[in-house]
Amino acid sequence: MKRLSPFLAGLLFGTGLLLSGMTNPPKILAFLDLAGAWDPSLAFVMGGALLVAFAGFRLAAGRRTSLSGEPFRLPRASAIDARLILGSLIFGAGWGLVGLCPGPAIADLGFLDARAALFVVAMIAGMALCRGLASLPAPAPLAEASLDG
Amino acid sequence: MTVDWAHFTPVSAFAGGLIIGLAAAWLILADGRVLGASGVLGGLVPPREGDWGWRVALLAGLVAAPLIGARLLHAPAPAIEANAAVLVAGGLLVGFGTRLGAGCTSGHGVCGLARLSPRSLAATLAFMASGFLTVFVVRHVFG
Repeated sequence: MKRLSPFLAGLLFGTGLLLSGMTNPPKILAFLDLAGAWDPSLAFVMGGALLVAFAGFRLAAGRRTSLSGEPFRLPRASAIDARLILGSLIFGAGWGLVGLCPGPAIADLGFLDARAALFVVAMIAGMALCRGLASLPAPAPLAEASLDG
Repeated sequence: MTVDWAHFTPVSAFAGGLIIGLAAAWLILADGRVLGASGVLGGLVPPREGDWGWRVALLAGLVAAPLIGARLLHAPAPAIEANAAVLVAGGLLVGFGTRLGAGCTSGHGVCGLARLSPRSLAATLAFMASGFLTVFVVRHVFG
């Protein structure tokens, strides 16, 4: 049962991505292409998601533990540092090149799409590379690994 | 700026967004975890004792969604246009960047903003700006 709940959360997440069209890279790229024929749909996805997630996190804030009894594991980092900004800029470049961010890329594996699979393999390699760099000794702006989400 | 009204789908986008938000609310309330795709996957690179089960379960649910629901929701198969070299480069950048920046569209963009985190707002502005700029350069400078 401990794994049923996260499975269902993943299933819901994927269903929302499918319904909103976010599993299809051309739709993402059409949002990111401000100078072309612009499709604002992604902003509506974010708006809907934020509305419900905001309520969820407010409810969570009023509780001592989650429903399963597991403690809430919220990110502790609050610094807006070079690592955060540089990482996000690098992520955005890859997102803009292909039109895939991690959630939709993983969901697209369910379409048995070979290109999505190649992207996900490279993504995991990129994660391992970051992990490897972070474990090197000094000079390390990368030294503190944090896991916001 | 020209809006592409023919492809703009505000209703299904908003409805899909509500379901994504529900998934995030569910995971924090039921399991105490933040729904961030890159964080969930990144926590498996490498897997850690006692921490991998929920991650694998969540990712399995995410992959199961199109297997079960693609036809039901009339979701088209993804039309990924990038060639193999661009896919590898893009994947490396996304994987490396989301770990360095500790989050992606779901972790920072949905959950972080929903928690009113200034850190996640900064990250979201950065990856959005970078995404806009990259597409502009690819399509309108070199395109």
